[in-house]
Amino acid sequence: MNEDAGPIFRQVADLIETAVVDGSLPEESQAPSTNELAAFHRINPATAAKGLNQLVADGVLYKRRGVGMFVATGAREQLLKRRRSEFADQYVRPLLAEAGKLGISVRELNAMLTEEGERQ
Amino acid sequence: MTAPTVALEGVTMQFRGHTALTDVTTSFRAGTITGLLGRNGAGKTTLMQLVTGHRVPTSGSVRVFGEAPFENDAVLARTVFVRESQRYPDHFRVQDAVTAAARLFPDWDADLAADLLTDFDLPRKRPIKKLSRGMTSAVGIVIGLAARAPLTLFDEPYLGLDAVARQLFYDRLLADYAEHPRTIVLSTHLIEEISDLLEHVVLVDRGRVVVDADAETLRSSAVTVSGPSDQVDAATRNYEVLHRQTLAGHSRALVRTVPGVDVLMDGGVTVEPVPLQQLVVAMSRDAGAATPTASELEEMVR
Repeated sequence: MNEDAGPIFRQVADLIETAVVDGSLPEESQAPSTNELAAFHRINPATAAKGLNQLVADGVLYKRRGVGMFVATGAREQLLKRRRSEFADQYVRPLLAEAGKLGISVRELNAMLTEEGERQ
Repeated sequence: MTAPTVALEGVTMQFRGHTALTDVTTSFRAGTITGLLGRNGAGKTTLMQLVTGHRVPTSGSVRVFGEAPFENDAVLARTVFVRESQRYPDHFRVQDAVTAAARLFPDWDADLAADLLTDFDLPRKRPIKKLSRGMTSAVGIVIGLAARAPLTLFDEPYLGLDAVARQLFYDRLLADYAEHPRTIVLSTHLIEEISDLLEHVVLVDRGRVVVDADAETLRSSAVTVSGPSDQVDAATRNYEVLHRQTLAGHSRALVRTVPGVDVLMDGGVTVEPVPLQQLVVAMSRDAGAATPTASELEEMVR
């Protein structure tokens, strides 16, 4: 895992969240187990378990006793909602700050966004 | 909470005029992987020798599975200790070492041993003294893992092992630990390589325990704050600044965090976690009487 990117259990949780958001881990499908996560990311199983438990506490995953953890119905919508609300903080504000440093006006930025958006 | 597998209390160890450990109190919790870290000569090996009954402390108490380990067969049968330069009888082939270990350890797993010998490309019939440095280390690793001892200690077991073989060791350790949880103590210099494997960290410096903490807690105990100098000053005003560097109006400060309080990313400063290795370097130096010099700290925050 990336040592410069915050607590490892949080990174584990983020990766599973991303898989739920992009649909590679559909709702009601089984999430990777603690040991699978530990082996794949080369981390302590207790850390992997902490990441999974965080997702259970957030309602993204739920436990089926003796079987494992599964993606909750409605988890994708819930995560999309949260990530959209964080979008301004994580992307728009840093973008504006950098543009400000370079003397790019909001109007110019708007034009750039429109142009880039049309190209994609 | 279960009793710790290993508990040291007020342990002091003296050799003729030299004090290797001073008033050490620490414990290794059952079923966790603990990193025993520290510089050369800090006392890591002495600590492990006390735990495995190779030495008796000058004063203080050492308890393993609740008992004193010295000449205690019940304790030692449940303990495997892989040393940095493990010696084997001169005539031993790889197979002989494995056979001897199989007799010694009640939880020995022969299938795992066979798999590991293959993984590390160890020829069973080759005399150990003809093996390369790295292959000799691999023999110790095979025995340490296949013993499946409830208390497993590795004292810098990787001498001569290349990066590929070390990764193999970490992967096999993790996989087998996940299936068969046990108390593992790993002493190493290669902190970066193993930091993600650790649940707990004990840092020894000049014979004293200076850090005894959960790895995650330790990682979040300091952050780097960088950005325009005035804004870094403002953001770090209420924190203990361990080090600060300034260049062309841009500053970087290493600050000790306050548990439960986030350093605010207000006004264009960037807050980043500090890798475990840097923290350990900082704390090994911080612990002594001498304060680190400016150049040492520069090295540390780089």
